[in-house]
Amino acid sequence: MTRRFDPLILLWVALALILGFLVINPLLRLVMTSLEAADTGAFTFANYVAAYGRPRYVQALWNSLRLGLSVTVLCLVFALPMAWAVSRTDMPGKGAIRLLVLGAFITPPYLGAIGWILLAGPNAGWINKLYVALTGASEGFLDIYSFPGLVFIIAVYSFPYLFIFTSSALDVVSSEMEDAANILGAGTLRTMARITLPLVLPAILGGAIVTFLETIALFGSPALIAIPARFNVVTTQLQQFFSPPVRAEVAAAYAVPLLLITVVLFALQRWLIARKGFVSLTGKGGERRMIPLGRWRFVMLGYCGFVLSLSVLLPYAALSQAALSKAWGQGWSFDNLTLGNFHYLLFVHDSAGQSVLNSFIYAASAACLAIGLALSIAYIVSRKLLPFAEVLGFLCMAPFVVPGIVLAIAFYAAYAPPPFALYGTGLILVLAFTTRFLPIGFANASAALRGINPEMEEAVRILGGGRLLAVRRVMVPLMKRGLIGAWLLVFIPATRELSTAMFLYGPKTRTMSVMLLDLSEEGKFEHLAALGFMLLAATIVIVGVGYRLVGGDFMMRRERT
Amino acid sequence: MSKLVLSGLGRSFGGFAAVENVSLTLAEGEFVSLLGPSGCGKTTTLRMIAGFMKPSAGSIAVDGRVISTPEQVVPPEQRGMSMIFQSYAIWPNMTVGENVAFGLKLRKLPRAEAERRLATILDVVRLAHLVDRYPAELSGGQQQRGALARAIVIEPAVLLLDEPLSNLDANLREDMRAEIRRLHDAFRITTVYVTHDQSEAMTTSDRIVVMNHGRIEQVDDPVSLYNRPRSRFVAGFIGRTNFLDGRIEGGTLVLPGLAVPAGMVPGLETGARPIGFSVRPNTIGLHRGDPGTPWSCAGAVVERAFLGEYWDYVVQPCGTAARIRVATSPLDVHAVGAQVWMSIDPARIVEVPPAETA
Repeated sequence: MTRRFDPLILLWVALALILGFLVINPLLRLVMTSLEAADTGAFTFANYVAAYGRPRYVQALWNSLRLGLSVTVLCLVFALPMAWAVSRTDMPGKGAIRLLVLGAFITPPYLGAIGWILLAGPNAGWINKLYVALTGASEGFLDIYSFPGLVFIIAVYSFPYLFIFTSSALDVVSSEMEDAANILGAGTLRTMARITLPLVLPAILGGAIVTFLETIALFGSPALIAIPARFNVVTTQLQQFFSPPVRAEVAAAYAVPLLLITVVLFALQRWLIARKGFVSLTGKGGERRMIPLGRWRFVMLGYCGFVLSLSVLLPYAALSQAALSKAWGQGWSFDNLTLGNFHYLLFVHDSAGQSVLNSFIYAASAACLAIGLALSIAYIVSRKLLPFAEVLGFLCMAPFVVPGIVLAIAFYAAYAPPPFALYGTGLILVLAFTTRFLPIGFANASAALRGINPEMEEAVRILGGGRLLAVRRVMVPLMKRGLIGAWLLVFIPATRELSTAMFLYGPKTRTMSVMLLDLSEEGKFEHLAALGFMLLAATIVIVGVGYRLVGGDFMMRRERT
Repeated sequence: MSKLVLSGLGRSFGGFAAVENVSLTLAEGEFVSLLGPSGCGKTTTLRMIAGFMKPSAGSIAVDGRVISTPEQVVPPEQRGMSMIFQSYAIWPNMTVGENVAFGLKLRKLPRAEAERRLATILDVVRLAHLVDRYPAELSGGQQQRGALARAIVIEPAVLLLDEPLSNLDANLREDMRAEIRRLHDAFRITTVYVTHDQSEAMTTSDRIVVMNHGRIEQVDDPVSLYNRPRSRFVAGFIGRTNFLDGRIEGGTLVLPGLAVPAGMVPGLETGARPIGFSVRPNTIGLHRGDPGTPWSCAGAVVERAFLGEYWDYVVQPCGTAARIRVATSPLDVHAVGAQVWMSIDPARIVEVPPAETA
């Protein structure tokens, strides 16, 4: 018996090459570009000096950090009471609250920002007009074009992260742990402070870190709010380095610290969540009793309703009104009602219709690529088929710590110049989206695999079936739901991805998100709202289909992160 | 003839030897259990036999053909074996019939033959009426019988069972172990059965392999294993026992509370040395008065528990700290603190290696 050549080695090499192309090369090129002179390619720190040499560039970084912190604090205020009320109390209407949180979660932040411009724009905003009408004051009291306005707009769409982290942690703290404290003489408050809170604290901190990182990586809302308000954050500053004359090498240098902050904080987050000793977070839930709130339960419900109307109900109402109006400022009236905005976008405008199509085609292609790749690698890793399989798994997860905008610059640095010259093509967008959402695909494909006892597969083998037959007849049918869920979890964010598309699109390859930002510069809010309306409607339909096919909470499960 | 031969089989993970130097020969049609506490290497051994794991030493042969060595492993699908898994591994996406017929389809049997065998086995395991059901609609015991049918219907060269009853409740477990033995008597398939439950092993097996720390402690039929354990581990693991440690000096055997001529123990080497004995609780007599034999000693009852089928006493021989368990008929009632005499039958005590710290 001799050792045969294992064809799996070829697969390993192929997957390693793909990951090298998608993950390693762009990041390497990013760092190299930041250290090279643009014209000669000589080694230099000049780009870093250019990127951080001016006070206003440093100010933008400082603004981003301030923004991240403020948003995180506001999100804690929004999310913690809500998560506690939904997970641990007898508050009524939990199903509706969860549904609205999901609504906030799937709303692209830049779309919500547009809704809030309609609501709280300095003069014409609905709330300001109402205020003027009620008080007779000369002008409104809200100005969304401000730092606090930006903090607010981001927070109302970011708090679902913290909600999900906290409520899933609370969901697995069994009442018995609290009972154990009670029986030993601790009251409700002391139990809360000494038992429940410490148990979920790592999850809360983890959620806070994710919120902070998502905020500083966000491009759309700052572009809509901060630029008119005449201040910059890191992402808008990066965009300015990219506007003609393009200074990609300075942008690269400017992006590297953002990448480092993200890597360090995610490492911290993982450490917090994964620390042993908090075994109850992974253990069985045990039985849980709901804490009776008495009359306070309506107060809690009111609070949840208030927050959710800020993030979903009010902006959605404003957006739909604008989308269906000839002129949004004239309010709801029959004369003002029209479908003309949709007609204009789909049939008159020279690229809006195309952008809708592009978004869905790119998102679907990226989802297929990401899931195919993630599943192959997850299988090899979980079955330990090849040595160093974990390396592949690690590479799959690596893009998780790369902000979308940094990934875009990295792809630009790697594949815009010849020989690839992919800049502006649909292909580079698909590949960048694939890379960006590969971690989601990998985490979900691994979870789907872990959900199936390997004995299911071994039973095929011992009865005489090969590995491929086992995968085809048993593994794939059993994982179908999990895989559809994973596909949707990549597809949905890919349809609205903005920060990655921003630096890579060309004249023919605009996506809906890019189109929205372009339209906002024209100031035609009716068109803007109509396009956003289509994006939202499509998303809601897709999520609804997902719920039917996959069931349950597939969007808001914790394995995603 | 020998069907399955393990020679010097070993497997280590990193520096840890999970299985070490396991050698075992199974005759055609024999039913052998691998018995031991968790982590003793029994499942690792089974997975090496199945071909899911490569040995790091030794070899495995079936019908004289070597199928596993550290260099080369015939993959599981080419071994002609079948296996019953701890989780049953019944495929939930296929009906009972499709599950059971799966192996037959792979063997490309003529259609009529395949249908006949499917019908026969479903009758044998009493699942014929559930052939079109999906596993989720079946009880635990029915799923277990489905797994048995799926494994047996292909008439494997060797049948492997990996703790197949550990997920069933106690009553069902007794039924199923009788079922497993019944199927074995009907089909005479060479079987390796992994379990940590001694009564399962004793009711089903022709021979039992007791394993501990990756090594074989003893291989014997259930009766010999119980009556003639060769190590303290086996004596303690198979049934309950007392260890009496003492020494032989000048032909006299000295044990806690006893000093008797060593020659009275049948077959005992009488040279001077430290010595240990395994004495089963149910071989010790308990008396209210002195029975007057040299093999008896006085003591006091320090604990007792009534278990319905017997009384379980702990007796402390006078002047010692030893605690001896004695099992008596439910009619033998002694109060805690009562003065009693214990008598030991020298023919029913078994020499084991002396305690290391004696």
